[in-house]
Amino acid sequence: MDAIFLQILNGLDKGGAYALIALGLTLVFGTLGVVNFAHGALFMMGAFCVVTLQKVLTIAKRVKDPSVTFFDAYKEQPYLEIWFGDTGRAIIDYVVPISILLAIPIMLIVGVAMERGLIRYFYKRAHADQILVTFGLAIVLQEIIKSFFGANPIPVSAPHVVAGSAAIGSLVGLGDAVVYPWWRLIYLLFSGVVIFGVFAFLQYTTYGMVVRAGMADRETVGLLGINIQRRFTIVFGLATVVAGLAGVMYTPVLPPDYHMGMEFLVLSFVVVVVGGMGSLGGAVTAGFLLGVLQSFSSMTEVKAIIPGIDQIIIYLVAVVILLVRPRGLMGRKGVMES
Amino acid sequence: MTKRIIPVTRRGVLKGGSALAGAAALAPTIFVRGAWAEDFRNNPGSAGSVKLGFNVPQTGPYADEGADELRAYLLAVKHLNGEGDGGMLNTMTPKSLKGNGILGKKVEYVTGDTQTKSDAARASAKRMIEKDGVLMVTGGSSSGVAIAVQGLCQEMGIIFMAGLTHSNDTTGKDKRRYGFRHFFNAYMSGAALGPVLEKEYGKERRAYHLTADYTWGWTQEESMRKFTEGFGWETVAAVKTPVGAGDFSQYITPVLNSGADVLVLNHYGKDMINSLTQAVQFGLRDKQVNGKQFEIVVPLFSRLMAQGAGDAIKGILGSTNWNWSLQDEGSKAFVKSFGQEYGAPPSMAAHTCYVQTLLYANACEMAGTFYPPEVIKALEGFKFDGMGNGPTEYRAADHQCFKDVLVVRGNENPSSQFDLLKVVQQTPRSQVEYDPAIFGGELGPYKV
Amino acid sequence: MSVSPSPKKELATIAIFTVAVLAMPIWLAPIGAAYPDLLQKFAIFGIFAIGFNILFGLTGYLSFGHAAFLGVGSYTAVWSFKLLTMNVLPAVIFGTVLAGLFAVLIGYVSLRRSGIYFSILTLAFAQMSYNLAYSVLTPITNGETGLQLTQQDPRIIDSMFVEAGAGLPSTTLFGLKMSGYPGFYFCAVVLIIGFWISLKIFNSPFGMKLKAIKSNQTRMGYTGFNTRPYLLVAFVISGMYAGLAGSLMAATDPLAGAERMQWTASGEVVLMTILGGVGTLIGPLLGAGVIKYFENIFSSYNENVLHQIFAALPDPLEDAVVAVTSLFVGEGWHLTLGTLFMVIVIFLPGGIVEGARRLKSLVLRPTVRKYGFKTDQPTTRS
Repeated sequence: MDAIFLQILNGLDKGGAYALIALGLTLVFGTLGVVNFAHGALFMMGAFCVVTLQKVLTIAKRVKDPSVTFFDAYKEQPYLEIWFGDTGRAIIDYVVPISILLAIPIMLIVGVAMERGLIRYFYKRAHADQILVTFGLAIVLQEIIKSFFGANPIPVSAPHVVAGSAAIGSLVGLGDAVVYPWWRLIYLLFSGVVIFGVFAFLQYTTYGMVVRAGMADRETVGLLGINIQRRFTIVFGLATVVAGLAGVMYTPVLPPDYHMGMEFLVLSFVVVVVGGMGSLGGAVTAGFLLGVLQSFSSMTEVKAIIPGIDQIIIYLVAVVILLVRPRGLMGRKGVMES
Repeated sequence: MTKRIIPVTRRGVLKGGSALAGAAALAPTIFVRGAWAEDFRNNPGSAGSVKLGFNVPQTGPYADEGADELRAYLLAVKHLNGEGDGGMLNTMTPKSLKGNGILGKKVEYVTGDTQTKSDAARASAKRMIEKDGVLMVTGGSSSGVAIAVQGLCQEMGIIFMAGLTHSNDTTGKDKRRYGFRHFFNAYMSGAALGPVLEKEYGKERRAYHLTADYTWGWTQEESMRKFTEGFGWETVAAVKTPVGAGDFSQYITPVLNSGADVLVLNHYGKDMINSLTQAVQFGLRDKQVNGKQFEIVVPLFSRLMAQGAGDAIKGILGSTNWNWSLQDEGSKAFVKSFGQEYGAPPSMAAHTCYVQTLLYANACEMAGTFYPPEVIKALEGFKFDGMGNGPTEYRAADHQCFKDVLVVRGNENPSSQFDLLKVVQQTPRSQVEYDPAIFGGELGPYKV
Repeated sequence: MSVSPSPKKELATIAIFTVAVLAMPIWLAPIGAAYPDLLQKFAIFGIFAIGFNILFGLTGYLSFGHAAFLGVGSYTAVWSFKLLTMNVLPAVIFGTVLAGLFAVLIGYVSLRRSGIYFSILTLAFAQMSYNLAYSVLTPITNGETGLQLTQQDPRIIDSMFVEAGAGLPSTTLFGLKMSGYPGFYFCAVVLIIGFWISLKIFNSPFGMKLKAIKSNQTRMGYTGFNTRPYLLVAFVISGMYAGLAGSLMAATDPLAGAERMQWTASGEVVLMTILGGVGTLIGPLLGAGVIKYFENIFSSYNENVLHQIFAALPDPLEDAVVAVTSLFVGEGWHLTLGTLFMVIVIFLPGGIVEGARRLKSLVLRPTVRKYGFKTDQPTTRS
């Protein structure tokens, strides 16, 4: 029982991450008709917003280690700590939450610049061209990050108060032994809030209404005299911000490195397609579904019956769903089919 | 374009019988110092220089490790050519090197990117051998790559000095006559770590293994279990995890209530950084199980990985091939010249690569020729000292170096940004030695 | 392309192609690409990309899992070396046929969907193959280490004729060793045959039908035309090309690793094809050449080499030039590749070949454009 409860939590947590990444991708797919292979790189850039801020905040006074003479070995004390004492320490401790404030404008600028400078010239181009240009862009972004930060993962900690585990077992009546990391619970909550926010934006604002109309029928909306171009820019920016935020919040779980985006790229495409092209709800549902199934397939009891099932479960589920439901879970007819 | 020396490709071209064969047949047959009439691939003949091939990961997850390996190689080339302060050339015994290149020829080098993929690594090695005419290939940062390139070098008749590769297979079932490994292996990790674990954590422990699901992970798990079970630990479960899983939560939560009080992470590189970070987040290290403090063990450590895992590494036991804080003369000389050159201490990958290059060059001097079978014979059974890790022997039976193994602990209170691992014990060589027969495999012929 | 060329013109194309391929060791020498391994890779990945183009270029179906067939071809070939004989012919035949059978299975299922759903289905199958080959199927694939020859291999056919030597045997074509230049010429001949078949397919009624499916599958359906069998045939043919390429990789270098099946490998052939020009005959080959050249040559430049190249410049300038260029070579070769992808697709829509054609028509026939005459665009668009 404990085990199953924890695996459900693991699955939801994973699912939250998958859904966040897939959400931006499907927005861009659905509204702009662009296959964005640079989406993983945007996720990675969000994570590196944290790394950059951490580097800035921890600019330090270096005290040389006298025992080492051939190179500069030093102990660091961040200036923030020296100047502001505990307050400074607290600021450094809260680098991840603070990064959210930083990442929103930065990712928005990145997204708008990308759309205005590159993507908009590719709306009318073949998907093949879109793949090549966005893949090229992803590589370039990665290499730029690598030249600044190296290839090794960089550790980032969650704020001290939530770095440990919460005894949620006693909350749900499973005893004290059942614990779960605070940060993962926060991540789950955060992904829920962001997903809800995006839905509310699209559902309840006139702006969002136009975007949804554009998703359904771009030409007609354009004929109505609505400036669909500018809205597309905003949608792309929104997708970029969501991907970036997913990256920011994931850093304490997965120490970021320049290559992390590529590892999520394939997965996010699978999630989007399993959910159904052009369906935001589908992407979110598929994200959580795949997350939970992946967790359960990793259990020793399951692996004993089908060896290696945890290696392939995501793809197996994708095949089954696409064969049973031609357009994924909630896909609409005619989107990205021919 | 790089300069190309025409006679270098003689054998390859002849074998190929290509359009160029006619021209190449005009190239003179070269006798090496008159002693061996045999010609061999990439024979430098009377050329004034020789080329070595440094094949390291320059892209992909191990790029930083590769960059450090490359730094070590360039330093080794400098020292071999008599430039710089000489590094371990001053401490190595016995030594035939004279600091004037190898056999009087200046050492040059070419570099390539393995991408940590077998195919790319082989393609890169082939380029070095076929196009650049290297005499020896060295480098790499994973066992899959090392074994793939080693196999290729055997076919091509070029000596391969392995870089970082820890799987038992490299000098076990996949060993080759032309391949040599200075780095230690999974078996030796288990043998060195076992007694320390027994001393620190006691005889009655229940261990839970998470193992990367590929050959290196399996051999690592096997040796850890062999040694820990040997003194009474019980293995509760051993679970295989997909390589590059990223999020390991679904494998960590079952540990919580399994009744285990030790978690052994048979992971390397990013897998290890992620699984360790996450295991600590799940509060495993704060737990008390069976009245004992819960512990995590990472059999293979490196300083670069420790950097990636940050605070999670503190207090964790593991083993390593070498660490820059060692105080023997060889290590000190190497750290000094590396540190002065690059402003940072060398990693264990850099150390093994540097030593391998010197050992190859020294063997050529001993043999008095570049002819591979003679160089191989000079390396086989070669006993040396002054290169870190104390007295060392290249065992003839499997081309594995035997030397002391370091057991280290993540430093709780580092005195500098490089001071991440603390040496707990230098396990003597006698304790990690084993019978080469246990892993099988065949070296193959001297002449190919 | 829309009008079938005369047999004479076809023959001329093949003749020029044959000469160009066989003379590669000569005309590639100035750019440092004329050594056996890279030449073999050019030919092998050329075959892979040409085959991929038969599916993607003609039908518009974008498979993201073709590396699986490459892997199957490689594994089969190495098993043929291990169990039967070191002769490459049976290995290549078995590799191609088994990859074809594998393609029938995957194609039959995947072709039930179209567009991106098809792409993800093929991706899923390939990723499952890769993950299993890397871990659970290790007894067959030797996992991460890759399948290699060993001394203990039975080699039933060989052992009937010759005594096993002391070392590992080499792959041969009836006694001719398949490493080095003979290996390249063997691959080159296969490439020429492969190119010829591809040319024939492009100009055949079958090829026309495939193009018709690409331009409007629904309309084809309305005319009572069942498209699926045609698609399946195209899928299997291109899968067999991939299997052929895979078995040639094993033939020139007897090793088969799981990473050959990973999505990055599938993605690579997609990039090769798009880079060269989707649906053009020669484009995929050019794309394969460019990517493999960057991977093998640009990655090998280090500062030392750069200093040699720019030695003619005055010292301060030399240092500056080396400092800038070194960002794009050696460990930075990915950056060059990424930039190249972007530059080509931005300035030469439709890849190298299509871009070159547009440039040509811009220079030679500006009037044609003025009258709004639309040239045949071999690109896909939903």
